[in-house]
Amino acid sequence: MLLLVEQILNGLQFGLLLFLLAAGLTLVFGIMDFVNLAHGSLYMMGAYFAATFVAWTGNFVLGAVLALGATLLLGMVLEFTALRHLYGRDHLDHVLATFGLILFFNEAVRLIWGPAGLALPLPPWLSVPVQILPGVYYPAYRLAIIVVALLVALLLYLGVMRTRIGMLIRAGASNREMIGALGINIKLLYTLVFGLGAALAGLAGLMQAPILTVQIGMGENILILAFVVIVIGGIGSIRGAFLAAIFVGLIDTLGRAFLPNLLRQVLSSAAASTAAPALSSMLIYLLMAMVLVVRPEGLFPASRR
Amino acid sequence: MKSAAKVPDVVSALLVAGLVLLPFYSSVTGNVFVLTMFTRIVIMALAAASLNLIMGYGGMMSFGHAAYLGIGGYAVGILAQEGIGSGFIQFPVALAASAIFALVIGALSLRTRGVYFIMITLAFAQMAYYVASGMARYGGDDGLTIYKRSDFAGLINLPNRVQFYYLCLACLLLVLFLIWRIVNSRFGLVVQGLRSNEQRMQAIGFPGTRYRLVCFVIAGIMCGLAGALLANNTDFVSPAVMYWTRSGDLMVMVILGGMGTLFGPVIGAVVYLVLEELLSQVTEYWAIIMGPLLLLIVLFGRGGIMGLLGRFSRG
Repeated sequence: MLLLVEQILNGLQFGLLLFLLAAGLTLVFGIMDFVNLAHGSLYMMGAYFAATFVAWTGNFVLGAVLALGATLLLGMVLEFTALRHLYGRDHLDHVLATFGLILFFNEAVRLIWGPAGLALPLPPWLSVPVQILPGVYYPAYRLAIIVVALLVALLLYLGVMRTRIGMLIRAGASNREMIGALGINIKLLYTLVFGLGAALAGLAGLMQAPILTVQIGMGENILILAFVVIVIGGIGSIRGAFLAAIFVGLIDTLGRAFLPNLLRQVLSSAAASTAAPALSSMLIYLLMAMVLVVRPEGLFPASRR
Repeated sequence: MKSAAKVPDVVSALLVAGLVLLPFYSSVTGNVFVLTMFTRIVIMALAAASLNLIMGYGGMMSFGHAAYLGIGGYAVGILAQEGIGSGFIQFPVALAASAIFALVIGALSLRTRGVYFIMITLAFAQMAYYVASGMARYGGDDGLTIYKRSDFAGLINLPNRVQFYYLCLACLLLVLFLIWRIVNSRFGLVVQGLRSNEQRMQAIGFPGTRYRLVCFVIAGIMCGLAGALLANNTDFVSPAVMYWTRSGDLMVMVILGGMGTLFGPVIGAVVYLVLEELLSQVTEYWAIIMGPLLLLIVLFGRGGIMGLLGRFSRG
């Protein structure tokens, strides 16, 4: 029971991180029609910036805020110098160009920070367990991730649905020429959206950093999971990304935690221990395959066009 | 116009001649390294050519093509591990396994188009990667060493470098010939028609998805062959050959050489891998040059090397 509560919270926390990553991807895709493989690199850069700034300032929160700003800036510079020339081109061109960017970022990180990973230590007030239910303790930091991510999700929702900028973003997604004709600086808007997506990825990266080590290529595996989330949720839909991310986070975490034991009750223990790791890593892909069979355009397709 | 051979054709012919003559150069100069390097290049060219069949001619942007390299490789590796060393069993199993994987993945992912297709093929290939990493019996993450290359009962001796090179080259040329025949067949024309205008093809009564799926499976089988050869070449197979950046490499080779041209992927593979080798001799951080180079090729170099050569012949 205790383990179950803990694993559900872990799954929720992982799902929310996936959401932060998937939200940026799906925003950029929904609005600019741009496929950004280098999104995972921005996640990695967020973590590296955080590790650097925290060591530099000696303050976890200050370092995290600086890192967030740096990732935002990096995203906007990237959009301004290279990626905006690719809008309107074939998706394949996007994939290749951002694939080149991944190579570049990985090598640049190796050059600047060296091939060994970095550690991002937690401040004492975040590294204690807190009592969430009578007798159930949970690490304060993981709880903080859940709270921050939920807050960001709420802000993102309010920002897109309730503010003037959000209105422009939604308008830009449905008709690019028209909003330009109404005198809105669409290029600046795109740069801002890309920067926002980058900052979301950076936030996910820097929050994940204290749990795992900061290392080269850390963004690549989780990027694929973010793709799975988007495919399940429906491309361009933030609501779909949110629900699918939590779903994927829970299934992946619970599968890894409980599948070996479940299998052991059906199969012999030797067969179960060989099959379990492979099967539990396949679980979310099987889920994706099932969603594709039932609804090829995702569970919550964005209702545009 | 008709009498003068076009520049791309001349370059392709020179390339094939160069590949055929390479072992002689290697034995005359005693440069063994160039032979081992080009064995790998020829195998990767084979994989890139198979990707070109679906991507260039079929318009299916698969980002998971390296999965077949792993499946073909693991078929050879696992059978060798279990004591079945005959190539007459290993290779057909490698091709069949690739065909089955392509059939399942294709049937699911061809329900979608465009970006979805790119992401889904990527995700399924990554799934194959994780499954291979989880196979503790066959090395898991660390990979599987193949102690004995496929045995073809004295017909051809794989441990011999030159014989192995010619086997790979023969496979490449055979696959290119098959692709040429496929592309110019009725089947190939239907697949290309589906790339240009799917609705119109459906309207005149072609079941689009079925044609695409067959094409997808054929490409998977061809790449599975490359995987079986690659495993024999390195005497080793590991999940890393299926990692998604490998699929990206294959895509880059196809685009670099010229998508939808017969010899484009071969030229792309040669240029990409030779460039990688040269850059890595200059600096350990070769990817920092390669990455932006890719970006520039995408931004300015439409049609790849073949497209560029085609412009020469028009004058």
